[in-house]
Amino acid sequence: MKTCLIVDDSSMIRKFLRTSLESLDFAVREATNGQEAIARCEESMPDVIVLDWHMPVMTGIEFVKLLRQGGHADQPKVVFCSTENDLDHIRTAIEAGADEYVMKPFDRETLHMKLQLVGVA
Amino acid sequence: MQISETSKRILADLLRSQTGQDFPPNRRWRVGTALSGLCREHGIANLDSLIAKLGMSQRSAQAHTLVEALLNNETYFFRDRAMFDLLAGRVLPDLAEARASTKSVRIWSVGCSSGQEALSLAMLFAEQESRWAGWTIDIVGTDVSTSVVEAARSACYTQFQIQRGLAVGQMVKWFEETPQGWRAKEKLRRMVRFEKHNLLDPPPNPAHFDIVLCRNVLLYFDDVTRARAFERLAAVLAPDGWLLLGAGETSLGQSDRIVPDRDLRGFHRLATSARAQRTADLPRRAAG
Ligand SMILES: C[S@@+](CC[C@H](N)C(=O)[O-])C[C@H]1O[C@@H](n2cnc3c(N)ncnc32)[C@H](O)[C@@H]1O
Repeated sequence: MKTCLIVDDSSMIRKFLRTSLESLDFAVREATNGQEAIARCEESMPDVIVLDWHMPVMTGIEFVKLLRQGGHADQPKVVFCSTENDLDHIRTAIEAGADEYVMKPFDRETLHMKLQLVGVA
Repeated sequence: MQISETSKRILADLLRSQTGQDFPPNRRWRVGTALSGLCREHGIANLDSLIAKLGMSQRSAQAHTLVEALLNNETYFFRDRAMFDLLAGRVLPDLAEARASTKSVRIWSVGCSSGQEALSLAMLFAEQESRWAGWTIDIVGTDVSTSVVEAARSACYTQFQIQRGLAVGQMVKWFEETPQGWRAKEKLRRMVRFEKHNLLDPPPNPAHFDIVLCRNVLLYFDDVTRARAFERLAAVLAPDGWLLLGAGETSLGQSDRIVPDRDLRGFHRLATSARAQRTADLPRRAAG
């Protein structure tokens, strides 16, 4: 079973993502900001991280930069999931190390296709 | 929502005459949802009244809006990605060799809907830039529905459409943000063109294609119509060309002229006899 870490400060979005990902056979864990996500990753590295942009304490961009600089051998795939839907933001996320980008709002099928594209579904 | 027998007959006749499609009972359940937009637009609450008004209209454009509302236009970028991988990795390299003297490739996307399939193909060529430099790549997309052909011509996609099946890297590379949506860049647009066309009618120009995609279209036809459609497709395929059907579709038991490729899943080729006949036809075409 593949593992996924959901990082989003909105409990509603975490719930939607959890339901979608569990139906796609992922074992899911959650974090509400970048700093918590680091802690979860230290416990064990997931196969994929679904990551929001704007969060208190540590943003998604700050988190993904740290993750990629961290030099872990087992780098997870990172799928950004954000309401920042313009090219500049998307480019910034890719440059910081994101593998895919989902613009909110989105449905389960779109998420599934993106997870297939990064090779975890 | 129930509709009367008369309404069913009107819809079935319209669908058959304009698209060749069947209207079996298992398609009728979604009529209410499919026509709700038109009901609102015309300020008519009752489905039977709407169907009578538009279906009986002397203006065929009005009747066409009924047909369009019933068609399933579901599509997305790189649908059945495995097929596109085979195209890029196996078929296009072969084709580049086979057409090296003319440097021209012609592709027909039949039942192209809003154009994602044609643009996915254009991306394959654009991403193999060095192989295709100096070539003419002509990708014709056709569909029986006017509204999707117009959408395809605009090459603009909503946020929902653009992220279905398309990798973010491809989106950033091949599309630009416009007030109308995510628009395919000129480099892709110049490889594709779109026309309204019923695949049961004589084929669009140039009536001779190296690759034909007819995916998720034939399943709406009855056996007789589907056999006719296969005849149409076989008649325009280059002797060494490929026909691609949808993931769950096959020509087996439906056509003598088209057979599944032994190696490539979802790919079909002309049967040996049909190939010989097409080859014999070609010099005449060239002379004419
Ligand atoms: C389900 S979509 C498939 C789109 C695309 N080929 C794909 O696989 O993603 C089927 C399309 O076929 C079109 N279609 C149906 N009957 C047709 C006909 N007789 N001639 C041309 N197009 C037709 C419909 O309008 C619709 O856009």
